[in-house]
Amino acid sequence: MSKPNAADVLVIGAGHNGLVTAAYLAKAGLKVIVLESAAQVGGAAVTREFAPGYRVSGVAHLLHGLNPTVARDLNLARHGLDLKAARAKTRSLLPGGGGFEVGPDVAATATSIAAISKADAAAYGPVIARLVKLADALAGYALHTPPRADVTKMDWRDQLNLGLFALSLRRLGKKDMLELTRILTINVNDLANDFFESEPVKALLCFEGSLGVFLGPRSPSTVFNLLYRLSNLGANGQGGFIVPKGGMGSVTQALAASAKAAGATIRTNAAVDHILIENDAAAGVVLANGEELRAAQVVSSADPQRTALKLIGPRHLDTMFVSRIRHLRMNGCAAKIHLALDSLPPALANAAGRVVVAAKPDDIERAYDCAKYGRVSDKPALELLIPSLSDPSLAPAGKHVASIVAQYAPYKLKDTSEHDARQQVFERSLAVLESVAPGLSERITASETLTPHDLETQFGLTGGQWHHGEITLDQVLLQRPAAQWQQYRMPVPGIYLCGAGAHPGGNVSGAPGYNAAREILKDAEAAKTRGAA
Amino acid sequence: MTAYIEHLTPFLRKTPFHPRIEALMHANNWMRWTGHYSPANFESVQSEYFTIRNGASVYDVSPLIKYAIRGREAADFVNHLITRDLSKIKPMQAFYTSWCQDDGMLVEEGTIFRLGENDFLLNAAKDQLHWLEQTAYGFDVQIEEASNDLCGLSLQGPESRQVLRAMGINGIDNLKRFGIQELELNGHWLRIDRAGFTGDLGYEIWCKPESALWLWDRMFDAGRDHKIAPIGAQALEISRIEAGFLLVDVDYTSALHALRPSNRMSPYELGIGWTVNLNKPGYFVGKRALKKEKEQGLSRHVLIGIEIEGRKPAPGSFLYADQPGKVELGLTTSATWSSTLKKNIAYARVPQAYAKPGTEMWIEIWYGKEHKIERSMVRCWATNRMFYDPPRKSA
Repeated sequence: MSKPNAADVLVIGAGHNGLVTAAYLAKAGLKVIVLESAAQVGGAAVTREFAPGYRVSGVAHLLHGLNPTVARDLNLARHGLDLKAARAKTRSLLPGGGGFEVGPDVAATATSIAAISKADAAAYGPVIARLVKLADALAGYALHTPPRADVTKMDWRDQLNLGLFALSLRRLGKKDMLELTRILTINVNDLANDFFESEPVKALLCFEGSLGVFLGPRSPSTVFNLLYRLSNLGANGQGGFIVPKGGMGSVTQALAASAKAAGATIRTNAAVDHILIENDAAAGVVLANGEELRAAQVVSSADPQRTALKLIGPRHLDTMFVSRIRHLRMNGCAAKIHLALDSLPPALANAAGRVVVAAKPDDIERAYDCAKYGRVSDKPALELLIPSLSDPSLAPAGKHVASIVAQYAPYKLKDTSEHDARQQVFERSLAVLESVAPGLSERITASETLTPHDLETQFGLTGGQWHHGEITLDQVLLQRPAAQWQQYRMPVPGIYLCGAGAHPGGNVSGAPGYNAAREILKDAEAAKTRGAA
Repeated sequence: MTAYIEHLTPFLRKTPFHPRIEALMHANNWMRWTGHYSPANFESVQSEYFTIRNGASVYDVSPLIKYAIRGREAADFVNHLITRDLSKIKPMQAFYTSWCQDDGMLVEEGTIFRLGENDFLLNAAKDQLHWLEQTAYGFDVQIEEASNDLCGLSLQGPESRQVLRAMGINGIDNLKRFGIQELELNGHWLRIDRAGFTGDLGYEIWCKPESALWLWDRMFDAGRDHKIAPIGAQALEISRIEAGFLLVDVDYTSALHALRPSNRMSPYELGIGWTVNLNKPGYFVGKRALKKEKEQGLSRHVLIGIEIEGRKPAPGSFLYADQPGKVELGLTTSATWSSTLKKNIAYARVPQAYAKPGTEMWIEIWYGKEHKIERSMVRCWATNRMFYDPPRKSA
């Protein structure tokens, strides 16, 4: 006879979604063990030291998508997460000095943009408000399980959810609904031209629309990515960008505390080698050190490719499913750069919020052109934070850290080695930064550059894709991670997907983890009923 | 030839046996088989059919698509691909099996030759290299199309063993059904397997293309006293139906080629559920779906054999539960008059409840008669699809 079960449910990975699932399952009374390969919990939402005394958020560095329901249910405030912090502004820095700032304060935003264009200053607030409203209607579906694709096989829950979704779109009213259908599939560059006249304002919208997808501003589906991101500014997100005190690790620390308080066990330094499958059903996991842990339900918060192709393995799966998963678009395109700074150059001295460096839509499109053919962008578009301005504990007294997202750094390189690409990302990004914040380079005392390749090897993100699969229309809802497998259950009974590769997708939202937990509990309930019968 | 009619240029390929076949082709009746010239009939279909059943018939099977599957994990891969349990098949054995898509719908059924522990040759009717390569993801295995590496003759009929003996092939008496033997004869490499498409004693003899004409001549020399004759696809078709074998595009549509998902069929629905081993160790493509189909009785119908009153062949005919034809049951696929059995036979797709041998049904057959279309509603009975199964097939 084999070993007794170690738990009811094993959760692979203590990233935010794994922890959310674990917390909900533990709250429901199940015995849960979370297995994390790294020495600390957090996954891609961690705070870590990259140079002695300098700490920074590892991959994700802004909190904006955390689902309010999840935050409330799991009492994250009580477990140390401050969600009341001021929502950060976004400052667009232009070469040669100057720029503008947008934020929650509509009047201040308009005043700031007016220096560049009066028309854009007037348009900006209403345009963003309307886009957020449209995004909200879509995002209302985030905490529902996507329906089965086959209409004849939908149960009452599927029908109800789909009906509510249709209703929320209908409630937009005729004008907004038509606008949503008009813009949903188009590119963000066209959208920017519809509303704005100045290059810098258009560029900011284009930057938001192309961040995190391997697409340029003129690629279809970038408006969808824009709406996806803007939904975080609405009722399903945090209403703006938070630079969390203590870095993004504070979010996952709070989640871990909540999960533990609910009774879950978390084991770090416990890398899972593969999921144990017996009689065509989940039986547990085998750790990299050979240790076997048994449970009837195994939940993976790893990305779909890692889950299906490595943890489950193609030998337990069907051909078309494996092909679908293999062909998911997982092209990581953004690199992370972390800088330890002696002091701040004048242009960044007060940059407590988010800084974007992308002056013209064409600059971003040209940056994408490089990446499209396997090269690091000559002039990357950048998002920069100086988290030490709001949280001095992240750096030694008087010093600072910068956390930069550089786009584009393609995962699939052509005629460039990983090492050269890392070097290029760093040098080219700093050259761009020097043009808007002269004197930055000479203040750097240490640095770290993480290309998509590094994000894959160090954080387990296949393809270096931080959303576990690009957020494009063909990879969301019924198609996430693949048609027929959008209800969190993997083909092998007892195995579930709870990470960003499942609906509704990426960002530190906790929504996939929340939905997965609901489906797992549904199955556990059904099994109990069967057992009792 | 001028450009605008270039597409009319003859483009069919000729098999290595073509010079011999063409010389005997009195009917000038060719068919296209995987892009090759293939004989439909040489002269009389009836006499070719009786050669299969009473003598030694020769049919060029070179156009079959062949995939060589080799590598460290070839056996694991094949076991993952197919529905049968490979562990029961030893090297130098051929076996019939199904292979399916994710949802248990049949990609194809056919013969795989296990030439070594990790060395296989898969004979297929339809191109499917892409499917094999997709399925091979994660296995250390190499798959190559080897269609042109070998050519072969199917030698079928009660006299076939005598012909091989007369050719001087040692040990042919010891070759069991589905066994494979390789040998050298007069400096020519030969591979012989004991299988075929006629349901009778028979062999397939494979050789290198450069040995083709030698093989043909040697075989026909040896067969002179054993009623040897070449046959075409039409005669083979009659014996194929008598033997109960499935033909892709006639009895089913390959899942890879179906235009609508509902056109696809599972092994259970085709009456070859015996090729599905749900208890074999490990997973195979479609297993979860097939298990569900079997456990929950989800098969929509089953393809059975039927015997029909009268003599009118009944392809594409409707079956009913009642004589007035109010309760429709299904329809026939392959159908023929069996001269050997003196029976009117067909395959029919019917609900499981009507599949039990002896179950009586009604069949509506339309046929032309002296400028008129006549309709006959006659009885038919469910039966084992293997209508013709002489002991010598496996003796």
